[in-house]
Amino acid sequence: MLKIENLHVNIDDKAIIKGLDLEVKTGEVHAIMGPNGSGKSTLSAVIAGNEAYEVVKGKIMYNGENIEDLSAEERAHKGIFMSFQYPVEIPGITVTNFIKTAINSNLKARGLKEMPANQMLKSIREKANLLEIDSKFLSRSLNEGFSGGEKKRNEIFQMAMLEPTLAILDETDSGLDIDALRIVASGVNKLKNKDNAIVVITHYQRLLDHIIPDYVHVLQDGKIVKSGDKNLALELEEKGYDWI
Amino acid sequence: MSLEEKLVSSFLAFELDSDINSPIHDIRSKSIKRFEKIGFPDKKDEYWKYTPIKKILNEQLTIFKKKRHLIEFDKVKDFFLSGIESYKIVFVDGMYDPLWSETTHEGSDICILSSVLESEKYSEHISKYYNKLIDRDESFSLLNSSFSKEGAFIHIPKNIDLDKPIEIIHINSGGETSLMLQPRNLIVLEKSSKAQIIESHYSLISKNSKISTDTLTNTLTEIHVEENANLDYYKIQNDLDTSSIIDNTYINQKKNSVASCHTFSFGGNIVRNNLNFFQNGKNINSILKGVTILGSNQHTDHHTLVHHLSPNCDSYQEYKGIYNDKSTGVFNGKVVVDRIAQKINAFQQNNNLLMGDNSSVNAKPQLEIFADDVKCSHGCTIGQLDKSALFYLKTRGITENDAKGLLTYAFANNVLDNVKMQVLKLKIKKIIAKKIGVNLGFEL
Repeated sequence: MLKIENLHVNIDDKAIIKGLDLEVKTGEVHAIMGPNGSGKSTLSAVIAGNEAYEVVKGKIMYNGENIEDLSAEERAHKGIFMSFQYPVEIPGITVTNFIKTAINSNLKARGLKEMPANQMLKSIREKANLLEIDSKFLSRSLNEGFSGGEKKRNEIFQMAMLEPTLAILDETDSGLDIDALRIVASGVNKLKNKDNAIVVITHYQRLLDHIIPDYVHVLQDGKIVKSGDKNLALELEEKGYDWI
Repeated sequence: MSLEEKLVSSFLAFELDSDINSPIHDIRSKSIKRFEKIGFPDKKDEYWKYTPIKKILNEQLTIFKKKRHLIEFDKVKDFFLSGIESYKIVFVDGMYDPLWSETTHEGSDICILSSVLESEKYSEHISKYYNKLIDRDESFSLLNSSFSKEGAFIHIPKNIDLDKPIEIIHINSGGETSLMLQPRNLIVLEKSSKAQIIESHYSLISKNSKISTDTLTNTLTEIHVEENANLDYYKIQNDLDTSSIIDNTYINQKKNSVASCHTFSFGGNIVRNNLNFFQNGKNINSILKGVTILGSNQHTDHHTLVHHLSPNCDSYQEYKGIYNDKSTGVFNGKVVVDRIAQKINAFQQNNNLLMGDNSSVNAKPQLEIFADDVKCSHGCTIGQLDKSALFYLKTRGITENDAKGLLTYAFANNVLDNVKMQVLKLKIKKIIAKKIGVNLGFEL
């Protein structure tokens, strides 16, 4: 599904990612771990299509297509989703209205009809239940004044609504207490199926107790320096990144 | 003859039939004398620095309208709130239109000022409240006081929570001549009373010509909010490119009262709002909010004043502006805190989005603080849409154009939180969405 080859990424002429290879197949869960400043968030931003980052070399193939020239919204239309480490606060627009706009934008881009209001409402309720989101929460302004846990639950709620084929979860566990972590992880697990793939980007191992990865990669100084199965994460937790 | 000379010389004719012993005549005479002395402001006047007022002080303006124009309901029905009952005071070309109005004298007085000024029954009210709050150095207030005759009179007695909102609607029929109108409103909320008032100004395109004629409305509203009373005032300025408004509003609040004023400026040629709040008593809360969305060559100027004369009060100002094309704006927020006004909290925020390459805004907070134990804060931003927010929306599949529209809408929409009247909120939201031209993807 996703194939990254020899990727080099700069921001303001500074090299952040320096020759990264990664292959994610349908139905898999990958974890990318690494210390601060290793390029984890840059990787997720560049897959999602943030134009502030410059791909200087290499390519990102998604379902056989080089997505380099696609805008962020075009990538979303093709099923790529990113859960933000720091979701942006947008006062003046409610969670519900935001998700309606997003859903219908995607349907329209795919040449489909808008979702009827009653079906939309039903779907919003179902997915909100999945993440134990209160209905009052849905009529609040998007992310405004949300706690860390609420923001992350809202991100996964959006993922549930948009049903992406590739979901990148950037530091989804940061700012979560143990209950929120459990809710978010269980939500993600319920959304996982044989037709989609998930890339979990994290500093700590604890999220991987709940979302079990098929593969674990260690990112250091812009490169994947080690790959393994879930046991690699445990080893890292015990020995730290210096061990590699 | 300049407009100034024309106005001064018309005054005698205007007052020809009035009783020279009446207090109103005295107010008018003194006002015109003072106006004659200070005249219209010019560019050297700091208070008018960024608004090219000379442009609209056209000597061709007709000061007294003689002919009454009839208007068809189809043309004006959108001006009214739909879906709820309301009191209505409608003026066409400055003259009261009983056909579209719904006034009352049962309990509250919701009627016209001209009849009140002439009536013995209201003389006590008039001497207590009329022309009491006016800035004697403000040309347009003086001018309005010289020629004031018609407008809304609203009196809400003690302990009355008014059952319906009040709409004050001024319509310019777009007749053959350019018109200068000088409406005057007097509003009194007695102790522990409560009311919601919407004031709007509209012009119609003339039947005879494809373009409308220039108009200038110099409106003045005096509002007295007595102890423990609660007022929500809304101004809708969504007029043709040929219509200009100068609005002076003076609000005097007594202890424990709450007053809010929302100003929605969505059009017009030159619009100038002088909104003045005076806090005369403890525990007063004053709320000033504004949304300005302009295009073409439109210009809107908000001059606010909150005068903290008493301790333990709050004031909250939040103005947002979106300027497209070559439109221009001004925000001048003045807060004066007297020495006695300790423990007050004055907040002021002004955010502007410049969308047009040739749009501009002049923003100026002006704080004069003479007390030492107060909290006064102000903030101002002028800029473009937040790139990280734009990226966030795009990653959800929302196109660049829609994302920009949605963020612009959200930026303005956020000011509507305090609008309690749902039908009005919806009406304003729809105007905002239309002004921005956004495809919202959800029902409003």
